[in-house]
Amino acid sequence: MTASGKTNGDIAIHVRGLSRWFGNLKAVDDIDLDIQRGRIYGFLGPNGSGKSTTIRLLCGLLEPSEGAVEVLGYTMPGDAEALRRRIGYMTQSFSLYADLSIRENLEFIADVYTLRGDHRRQRIADCLERYELEAIARQRAGTLSGGQRQRLALAAAVLHEPELLLLDEPTSAVDPQNRRDFWDRLFELAEAGTTILVSTHYMDEAERCHRLAILDRGRLVANDAPRSLMNDLPGKVVEVEGDKLRDARQALAQAAGIISTAMLGTRLRVLVAHEVDDPQQHVRKIVGNEMNVESARPSLEDVFVASTTEQQEAEHA
Amino acid sequence: MRDALLRFRGILFKEFKQLRRDRLTFGMIIGVPLLQILLFGYAIELDVRHLAAGVADQANTQVSRRYLRELEGSQVIDIIRAYPGPAALQQALDRGDINVGVFLPGDFEERRERGQPVGQLLVNGSDPTIEGIARQLSNAPLPGDSQPPSRLVTRTFYNPERRSEVQIVPGLIGVILNLTMVLFTAVAIVRERERGNLELLITTPVKTGELMLGKLVPYILIGLVQVTIILLVGKWLFEVPMRGSLVDLYLASGLFIAATLSLGLLISTLAKTQFQAMQLTVFTFLPAILLSGFMFPFEGMPKIAQWIAEVIPLTHFVRLVRGILLRAASLDSFALELSALTAFTLAMLLATRLRFHKRLD
Repeated sequence: MTASGKTNGDIAIHVRGLSRWFGNLKAVDDIDLDIQRGRIYGFLGPNGSGKSTTIRLLCGLLEPSEGAVEVLGYTMPGDAEALRRRIGYMTQSFSLYADLSIRENLEFIADVYTLRGDHRRQRIADCLERYELEAIARQRAGTLSGGQRQRLALAAAVLHEPELLLLDEPTSAVDPQNRRDFWDRLFELAEAGTTILVSTHYMDEAERCHRLAILDRGRLVANDAPRSLMNDLPGKVVEVEGDKLRDARQALAQAAGIISTAMLGTRLRVLVAHEVDDPQQHVRKIVGNEMNVESARPSLEDVFVASTTEQQEAEHA
Repeated sequence: MRDALLRFRGILFKEFKQLRRDRLTFGMIIGVPLLQILLFGYAIELDVRHLAAGVADQANTQVSRRYLRELEGSQVIDIIRAYPGPAALQQALDRGDINVGVFLPGDFEERRERGQPVGQLLVNGSDPTIEGIARQLSNAPLPGDSQPPSRLVTRTFYNPERRSEVQIVPGLIGVILNLTMVLFTAVAIVRERERGNLELLITTPVKTGELMLGKLVPYILIGLVQVTIILLVGKWLFEVPMRGSLVDLYLASGLFIAATLSLGLLISTLAKTQFQAMQLTVFTFLPAILLSGFMFPFEGMPKIAQWIAEVIPLTHFVRLVRGILLRAASLDSFALELSALTAFTLAMLLATRLRFHKRLD
């Protein structure tokens, strides 16, 4: 073990200057991270923003091009083998065996993590019960529904009671009810002391994390508690509703004092700079009186739009 | 060590469970050897008979007619048509109407008296077996002559009836193992990669060696089952003798299976998809079947082909299995073959170990 002590106390993951190239593409660009133990830490970002690559770098599946990674006291990627016992990893796509039953899959995972005797029996029984798989334990994994598969994948990832759980878009293939149940289970695990790193592109999920990192084209553009991120928005949110949203958006894009705009269904979310005294009035002047303009509570979507826009503007400058 | 054993056992059991459920693979384990041995045993008859033949008998004497009847009586040729002359015979050969043409010129009788060649044999040389067989016709004695005095009497050992099944079935054990074993392992690992299982496996404490062994052992057993099937069918249907020690035969087979499996493993680290794995398997299978001495005699090949053949496991196994089954040779006399197979296996495993990382990049 080559622990430098950075991840011995409260900190489970410590990352400095992490970058990874794939040919000419910089998938992860100079990321710094400190992730506390016992918390749910979210990675929010669109597809291709580097979420999966970062997670794979953290568990030693990929080798970093640059930077230092320390996980639970182990230096990556050198100590990857020693770390494997203490982490659980849930891949983006279902990666258990479709032609084995739920119980057989768990038995196989138990063997692979060398669980023995009573402990092994107990863990398998516990996981079957906790993740509501008992009644269907003899069913083959290939015939399960999306929600059942996801519960099985989580059960397999936590069977050996890992200290750190890495979840790569775990809810991308399940319905909203299953997503809510899944998150309740994650909170149970976090309360029991497990550190959880979860990537998502759902705003409602991101909002439930203790702490959130927003990734955009490989860069870390925001990193704080969701509530603080929303409070610290660089402006106030105004919502515009009406017929000609596209025209309104164009007008807003050229106007002064507007940081960003984003379409959200039938509404236009507008971020107005703090310097503007009456944001609602300011926007109404630009889009015209026939539009319905109201001030709104900041959401994570606004944070996401604002932080990715800043990034783009910084690049254009 | 106990941990390693437990993980290895876990993979092994999982592999067996999956195999039991994979009906197609299971069918191939039994079906491929059965089909191949029936195909090779019955359809591939190297004693070619009843070749379509044309004749042009310009002499048309009593002796020449009798001579042609005797040629036909050998059952090697069936005379299907008479042609006016050698040119017509050649055209018929070109068209593919006949494989053999017999031309007897008008001065047949004079040539016979002078002891000169009495005629011409036109042979379709595009097929090696037809050519070889038809050439034997030129040795047929003329009517009225005494048997030409032979200076040597041939005695064929191990296969006195010169039945081709006896030569083919032992080698067929190797050919079938070579095909199925390489394919099964190559596909088995690539399939896990395609389905995403491997991404999960490499984040677990499983070691590369445990994974590789856990994948190989079930197929070694399957290979031995196939050997048994071919031996039993060979004995019952084709009366292939089993003169040597069965223990030696299974030991040699086990070593050969290990060699083919390790080749399959290496292929699995090179191929990205199951289709590529199959292509690579066929790519390695063709030289094996052509150069190993299974189909064509090793001694007849050019030096460079012989060198290549020495690297191919099937070459060594064909020698081993023919030696053990037909000549009752013991393993002691095959030190070279055994060490070649061992070296091949170790080299393949080493190459696989170097190529297989527990990483995705």
